[in-house]
Amino acid sequence: MTSLMKSAPRRMMVSALALSLFAGAAQAETLRWARVADALTLDPHSQNEGPTSTLLHHIYETLVRRDIDGSLKPRLATEWAIHADDPTIWVLKLREGVTFHDGSAFTAEDVVFSLDRVRHESSGFRALHSAVTGATAIDDYTVHIQMAGPSPLYVQNLTNFFIMDSGWAAANDVLVPQNFAAGEENFAVRNTNGTGSYKLVSRDPEVRTVLAAFDGHWAQTPPVTEIIYTPIAEAATRVAALLSGEVDVVQDVPVQDIARLQQTDGITVATGPENRNIFFSYDQVSPKLASANVEDNPFSHPEIREAMALALDRDAIQQVVMRGQSQPSAAPLPPFVNGWREDLNAYGAPDYDRANALVRGIYPDGFSVDLHCPNDRYLNDEAICQAFVGMLGRIGITANLISQSRSLHFPLIERWETDFYLLGWGVPTFDSAYVFNFLVHTREEGYGSFNGARYANAELDAQIESLATMTDLEARNALIAQIWDKVMEDRVFLNVHNQLLAYAVRDGINLPVHPENQPSMADVTFNN
Amino acid sequence: MLAYIIRRVVQSVLVMLAVALVAFALFRYVGDPIYAMVGQETSLEDRAALRDALGLNDPFVVQFIRFVGNAVQGEFGISYRLQQPVMELILSRLPATLELALVSGVVAFVFGVAAGVYTALRRRGAISTAIMTVSLIGVSLPTFLIGVLLIWLFAVELQWLPSFGRGETVVLPWGWETGFLTPSGQMSLILPAITLGLYQMTLIMRLVRAEMLEVLRTDYIKFARARGLSNRAVHFGHALKNTMVPVITITGLQLGSIIAFAIITETVFQWPGVGALFINSVRAVDVPVMSAYLVLIALIFVIINLIVDLLYYAVDPRLRIERGGVRH
Repeated sequence: MTSLMKSAPRRMMVSALALSLFAGAAQAETLRWARVADALTLDPHSQNEGPTSTLLHHIYETLVRRDIDGSLKPRLATEWAIHADDPTIWVLKLREGVTFHDGSAFTAEDVVFSLDRVRHESSGFRALHSAVTGATAIDDYTVHIQMAGPSPLYVQNLTNFFIMDSGWAAANDVLVPQNFAAGEENFAVRNTNGTGSYKLVSRDPEVRTVLAAFDGHWAQTPPVTEIIYTPIAEAATRVAALLSGEVDVVQDVPVQDIARLQQTDGITVATGPENRNIFFSYDQVSPKLASANVEDNPFSHPEIREAMALALDRDAIQQVVMRGQSQPSAAPLPPFVNGWREDLNAYGAPDYDRANALVRGIYPDGFSVDLHCPNDRYLNDEAICQAFVGMLGRIGITANLISQSRSLHFPLIERWETDFYLLGWGVPTFDSAYVFNFLVHTREEGYGSFNGARYANAELDAQIESLATMTDLEARNALIAQIWDKVMEDRVFLNVHNQLLAYAVRDGINLPVHPENQPSMADVTFNN
Repeated sequence: MLAYIIRRVVQSVLVMLAVALVAFALFRYVGDPIYAMVGQETSLEDRAALRDALGLNDPFVVQFIRFVGNAVQGEFGISYRLQQPVMELILSRLPATLELALVSGVVAFVFGVAAGVYTALRRRGAISTAIMTVSLIGVSLPTFLIGVLLIWLFAVELQWLPSFGRGETVVLPWGWETGFLTPSGQMSLILPAITLGLYQMTLIMRLVRAEMLEVLRTDYIKFARARGLSNRAVHFGHALKNTMVPVITITGLQLGSIIAFAIITETVFQWPGVGALFINSVRAVDVPVMSAYLVLIALIFVIINLIVDLLYYAVDPRLRIERGGVRH
């Protein structure tokens, strides 16, 4: 208390001094930012991967951006709407007076070019633009995007679509993203020319990337004028670097360090929900399971699925495994996504007696099955599986845990070689249809690629497909609610929780948690 | 001598081919690189197409022959993960690893030999007992833990030394990026070098001590003393020289290990060397980088072994006589 009272006047004095010294002029502030991994490439259309997009958001800009609250905000596009006469055309109005770092002007041509480039077969973002058939520049600041059919949600796919300068791309022969088969390095992997708030000063991959504020940016100069970005893979070292004062911001704070850092003088930890749910799923369709010791498929019985739900003690996992850093819920849907409902979130207390009775009613001796789990993909993924194995053991289900690297785990889901698995899923479009398309729809051309449950329901499939083109939002939301009810009734997923994100910063730095884990250092403000 | 070297070079090529074969056989169990390369939205068809384009569906033998064919021409392809030429990536990281290995190797050798000799000569002294106790820690604690403890003590609590990275570097004319020439580079080197060299140092120290004690009991040391030679001449001229053959073998082999197993130290200290590059590549199943790295490490081991064999000639005159005897 006394220290607070003592420091308050001094801080006011310092800020008054700062104001008088730097009034009018931009204060030079360097921010040293550390996170677990580096961007893989600076090519804005090559790798659809979190850390890569996060860094690129500082150098390149998108047409729209995702705000902290999950809403869409204008960026290079000032307005967007579906064409009044043709529901298959998106009309975008572009911002005027924007220049690239090399001084060339931003026009509709650059958007048309970037849209062609991002749809090239060597682009990692291609799938997000699969409904696009072409784009035309109507004038310098208007673009029409032609879709294969009505696509009322397409604009949600633009939050990681970076705009490149068409002239610069032509001059440097980077008209398409890196092609691995070609065996040559693309110039855009290490060189940039965006419209973003920061220019690339130097880059040593996986060592240090330095960015400096771009004077010619259309918005005002951000308080942070220089960014030094250093990946530090090892969790203990990352935290040590923050404690020793060698970095200012740590983006990926290990769960086990959050509580301790919160109590450390001079460090502030901000937490917020991430757009990623962690859940179990199982094959409820095959007549017999490869890894089970019974003659039929236990997961095909609604009673067994119910028993497993009754055995999952979400609160215990939250407290013990996640140390409080998770939001348990019943449906695999983060709270800010369209289609989320309070009742989808609600879950009851575990009831082991009843669950045990349900299992023994069908299998008097219980049964055993393999549980596949990644061990390097989600927060404490392996520990969550271990906890659930213990819980299942109490109701006569022996789950043999097989936890392995993500590069071995995900192919099992793709090839339908797992009966029972853990998966995490984010919803970048912030709409339930994204969950249905990939996880609920029957696996066929373009749908159900992560539907490891083999779930197939023709009626739901038709409804899911119709969501893509419905323009009446009220009817659409009603249909989403209807689909969720069926999905929950059939227990396609056994959801555990939504992950939380934690950023640790030195006192005096304000960095809000971004739901997509894509914080912008241009948004950082300083207290004093 | 020349025939000997040629024979060793032929053997080396066979060793490297075997390493490449084993590595390739192992890669099939590392997983599927596609998941690290494309977003979750990518359709199954596009994934399959990318797998085809990268040749991942080809039979093992075809992939291996293609790799060896390209490697012979010095072509190791493009990293799946970082999209840069593999050889360029590895060469740009190699100076960091070699500088770290060199410093920790020299530290381990100098301090190891000095402490070994001291503890052998003053077996019952208090300092000797202290050194022997501390060396137990070096042998028994895992590298990872030593690194974290050092960071905690010297970077977080005392704030004397940096906790991660290489500091400022200077690029020498032939492209070698060195951290030796800047104060921050030198400071950054201290903790990783101690972490990496501690095990080797204790190993060398114990080896030197045991060998010294053995040699000091032999007859020719007694005769040397009887001739009235000074302690200094007896200990360093006769005793130490005769302990060096096994010490050189171990040091040489350990130098290879230091380079190859700097992985842990590099990860803990975010040291931008080939070890950290390799471990990140394993996580992403970056097959081009992994295969090139393993072949390179095999090459380093082979070269070090060759040098060690040649050093025997210099240190141990008996080898020269025996070889000579065979020839006549």
